Amino acid sequence: MPRINSAAELEERRSGILSKRDPDKTCISICSGMGCHGLGNDRVISAFEEEINKQNLKTKVDIRVTGCHGFCEKGPIVVIYPEEICYMEVTPEDVPEIISQTVLEKKVIDRLIYTDPNTGEKAAHQSEIPFYKNQTQYLISYNPKIDPTSIDDYLANGGYSGLSKALFEMSPEQVLEEVKKANLRGRGGGGFPAGRKWETARNAPGKDKYVIVNGHEGEPGAYMDRAIFTGNPHLVLEGLIIGAYAIGSHQGFIYTRHDTPQLKKNIDIALAKATEYGLLGENILGSGFNFNVEVHFDVGIFVSGESSALMSSIEGKNPEPRPKYIRTSVRGVWDMPTNLNNVETWANVSQIINKGAEWYTSIGTEKSKGTKLISLSGNIVNTGVVEVPFGTTLRELVYDIGGGVPNGKKLKAIHFGGPMGGSIPEEFLDTPLDFDELAKLGAPIGAGGLLVLDEDTNMVEKTRFFLDFLVNESCGKCVPCREGIRQMAKILTNISEGNGKEGDIELLEEIAEVAGTASLCALGKTASDPLLSSLRYFRDEYEARIK
Amino acid sequence: MKEILLQIDGRQVKATEGMTLLEAAQSADIFIPTLCHHEKLEPYGGCRLCIVEVEVNGWTKLVVSCVYPVEENIIVRTRSEKVDKIRKMILELLLAHAPDSLQLQAFAKEYGADRDRFEKEASFCIHCGLCVRYCAEVKKKHAVGFVNSGARREISFIPEIAAKECNDCKECFELCPTSYLQAVFVLTEALAFP
Amino acid sequence: MDNDKIDQIINKHQGKASSLIQVLIEIQNQNHWLPKEVLDKVSKKLEVPLTRVMQIATFYKTFSLIPKGRNEVHVCTGSSCHARGSARLLDTVQDLIGIRPGETDSDSKFSLETSNCLGCCNLGPEIIINGKHHARLTPDQAEDVLKNYK
Ligand SMILES: Cc1cc2nc3c(=O)[nH]c(=O)nc-3n(C[C@H](O)[C@H](O)[C@H](O)COP(=O)(O)O)c2cc1C
Ligand code: SF4
Ligand code: FES
Ligand code: FES
Repeated sequence: MPRINSAAELEERRSGILSKRDPDKTCISICSGMGCHGLGNDRVISAFEEEINKQNLKTKVDIRVTGCHGFCEKGPIVVIYPEEICYMEVTPEDVPEIISQTVLEKKVIDRLIYTDPNTGEKAAHQSEIPFYKNQTQYLISYNPKIDPTSIDDYLANGGYSGLSKALFEMSPEQVLEEVKKANLRGRGGGGFPAGRKWETARNAPGKDKYVIVNGHEGEPGAYMDRAIFTGNPHLVLEGLIIGAYAIGSHQGFIYTRHDTPQLKKNIDIALAKATEYGLLGENILGSGFNFNVEVHFDVGIFVSGESSALMSSIEGKNPEPRPKYIRTSVRGVWDMPTNLNNVETWANVSQIINKGAEWYTSIGTEKSKGTKLISLSGNIVNTGVVEVPFGTTLRELVYDIGGGVPNGKKLKAIHFGGPMGGSIPEEFLDTPLDFDELAKLGAPIGAGGLLVLDEDTNMVEKTRFFLDFLVNESCGKCVPCREGIRQMAKILTNISEGNGKEGDIELLEEIAEVAGTASLCALGKTASDPLLSSLRYFRDEYEARIK
Repeated sequence: MKEILLQIDGRQVKATEGMTLLEAAQSADIFIPTLCHHEKLEPYGGCRLCIVEVEVNGWTKLVVSCVYPVEENIIVRTRSEKVDKIRKMILELLLAHAPDSLQLQAFAKEYGADRDRFEKEASFCIHCGLCVRYCAEVKKKHAVGFVNSGARREISFIPEIAAKECNDCKECFELCPTSYLQAVFVLTEALAFP
Repeated sequence: MDNDKIDQIINKHQGKASSLIQVLIEIQNQNHWLPKEVLDKVSKKLEVPLTRVMQIATFYKTFSLIPKGRNEVHVCTGSSCHARGSARLLDTVQDLIGIRPGETDSDSKFSLETSNCLGCCNLGPEIIINGKHHARLTPDQAEDVLKNYK
C-alpha cells in the first residue's frame, strides 16, 4: 500500500476501505484473546475455516480473528455479524451447526447463547446480556470489530482521525490544553493528571524527548492492558503519536510483556503497517512531524513496571528504581525529559481529541473522568475485562456485571490494586469507582484489577500472600523495603500458622510505617498497604490467631 | 557555580548548586549518619539511614540527604522524632544480618536500636553496595557485582576477574560497614569453586 | 548453542550495549537456558561488564542459568488462582513430579516454576506445560494431565 500523504488522502483511504465492505455480509468474529486461547479457540478457528471451505462460502462469509471481547469466563466467544448473535463456550463440534443454522438460515442456536443462571432467561445479543448491557464501552467496544493485525479494520472504525485532527487542525499547545481540560488521569496506578505530566516534559529543556507506553502490567489479576493492547494496538499507538506531537518528542518506546506472543506479534505488525501507511516514521501524513517507536520487553519482575526502573531497563541496565527528586518527565531515559503513561491512558487520547474535553468530562465523577477498564477475578462468576464509567458502584461491578460470587458463597471483601492495594469489606459495596474515594478507604484502584474474595478467605493468609509476592519481585536495593518486607512476611507466616506472639501486630505496624515513608520507590512505600487495610477492617482475624 | 543558601539544624549554610544535602551538611561539620555513601562514588540512596526532614514552602517531607539536591531557602532538620524512629528501625533490620558490626553498634547506641529485635539471618551483608560500586566506579575492574532480586539479593565475585585482580587490591574490604566477613567468604568461595 | 547463532542474535541488535536484555531474551527463548560461556561471550561482544550481565541474568525470573527439563511446567500462583486454590494444586504437582519450584528433575523430564498472573484468570487454577494451558484444574486432575508428557 502506498503511504498516505495528507488528511484528505487518509479520508480517501478510509472511504476506499469502507466502499469495499458490505455491512450486511456475514462476519464471524472469533475471540482470540488470552482467555479464549487458553480454552482452545484455535481449534474453533480452524473448524470455521474448514467448514466455510467445505461449504464453498468463502465469498459470502468473512472470518475475523480478534482480541478479547471481555467475557473471558464464557470463552471461546464467537459473535456473528450483522445480527450480533453472541455464542459462548463454543467447541469445534458446534461449528457445522453454526454455519448451517445461524449463518445460512439465520436461526439462533439456543444451546449456545447466554442463559442467566438465576432466572434461566436467555439472551442472544450482546446488548441483552447483563454482563455487556451494564457496561459503557468506549475503548474495548472496538475489540470484536477489529482484527488487530489489520490496520484497515482500525481505519474502517474511524482510526487515526484523532491523529489527523491533532496534526492538521491543532497546535501542540492546543492538544495539550485539550488533554489537560479533559482531566485525563493516569490509569497505571497513581491517577496522576496526564496533561500536567505532558506539560512538564514539554517545557523541560533537553535536545531529545521521549514518550513511553507502560505495557508491563505486572499487577496480578490485572489483564485489561493486554486485552486492549493485543486486541487494538493501533488505538494505543495513535494516542502515543498524538502525545509525542503535543510534547515535542520524536522517539517513543513501548515497554511490554515478553511472555505473551500474540501481543508481541500484534504490536510488531501494527508498527510495520503504520509505517507503511505513513502514520509513523518521517513526515507523518505529510505534516512534517517525525516520530519512531522501539519495542522493549520485560522479562518477568514486578518492579520493572515502576517508571524509573523501566527507564533503566530501556537503557539496557538492571531495572532498579532510582530516586526521583528530579522527576522522570524532566530527567528520564538517558537523562532526557521522558513522559511515561500506561496503555489505557494512551488509549483514551484519540477520543479526547476527536470528541473533545467537554464530551469526555461529561462522563465519570467530579474528579475521575471517563471510563475505566477493570479486570474481574477471584471468587466471581463472570471473570473478564469490563469497561464502566467512573462513578459506577462496586456493587454494580460485582453483581450486575460480575454475576456475584459463585457456589452460593457470601462476599467477604473486594481487593483492588494487587500487592500495592487493599481490601475493603462488603459493607462498602456502594462506594463509587473513583480514584480518590477508593484511596481514602485504603483500596486504591491501582491498575484496575478487582479481586473478589468470598467468605472462606483467610485475610491474614491473603496479606501474607501479597507480601510474599513482593519478597522476590522487589529489586532489593533499599533497606526498608527489602528487609522490611522480609520481616513482615515472616511475622505474617507465623501468625497465619498459629505461632503469632503478643506484640506482633504492633511490630507489623511499626515496620509498615517505616517502609511506607523511607523506601526508595513506590513499591516499598505501598508494600504494606494490603496489610494496613486488612488490619483496618479485619483486625479481629489477626487477634484471633495470636491469642 | 551558583551559591545556594539553606538552613540546616537552625544554622545558615552556604552551598553550591548541584551539591547534595549531605555534602552541604558535611561542609558545615553537621553530622548525618550514612552507610552506603562514599565521596568517591555516585549517590546511591540504598540504606536510607541518612534520611532527614526538609521543609519547602511550609511543606515538610522526608528525603535521603545523600541524593537530595540543595535548594534555596529550604529548612533541613537532621534529627526529629520521625527521623530517629526510621533510623532506629533501619538499624534493627540490619543488625539481624550483622549483629557484630562495630559501625552498626555505634549507631544503634545513638538511636536506641535493639540488636536482637529481629531473628538473626545467615548473611552478614547489608547490601550497601560499596564494594560493588567501588570496584566498578573507582577501580573499573567489575570483579564483584550483585546477583538476584529482592530479599535474595547478594554479592558475587566473578571468579576469572577475581583471580586476576583481587589478591593485590582488596580495597573494598576496608569500605565494608560489617567487617567484610561476607566479602571474604564470597571471594574465597568464588576462587575455590569457580 | 552454537556460536553462529549467538553472533546472529548479537549482530541483529548491532552489538549495542543497551540491547543486552533483548539479546538475553532471544538466547533464552532459543536455547531455554543461558550457559556461562554464552554470558561471557555476550559480555565481551556488547562490551558490558560480566557483573552487569550476571546481575540481569539472575534478576529476572524468566532467565535460567541451568538447563531446563524437556517439559516446562508452570503453576499459576497469581492472586486470582490463589483465591481459587492454586496452593493445593501446586502441592499436588510437586508431589507428583517430585521437585519444587525452580528445580529440574534428575532425568530432565520436568522443570517446575510458579508464575505470577498470566492474564488468563478465567482459566484458574491452571497449569501451563510447554505453553499449553490446562484450565480449571482440580488437584485430582493434575495426574492425568502430567501423564501425557514424556
Ligand atoms: C512496583 C511498581 C510497578 C508498577 N507497574 C506498573 C505497570 O505494570 N503498568 C503501569 O502502567 N504502571 C505501573 N506502575 C506505575 C508506573 O510507575 C507509572 O506511574 C505509570 O506507568 C505512569 O502512567 P500513568 O500516569 O498513565 O498511570 C508501577 C509502579 C510501581 C511502583
Ligand atoms: S522500595 Fe523496594 S523495589 Fe523500590 S528501590 Fe527499594 S528495594 Fe527496590
Ligand atoms: S479472551 Fe475471549 S473474551 Fe476475553
Ligand atoms: S547514605 Fe544515603 S541512603 Fe545510604
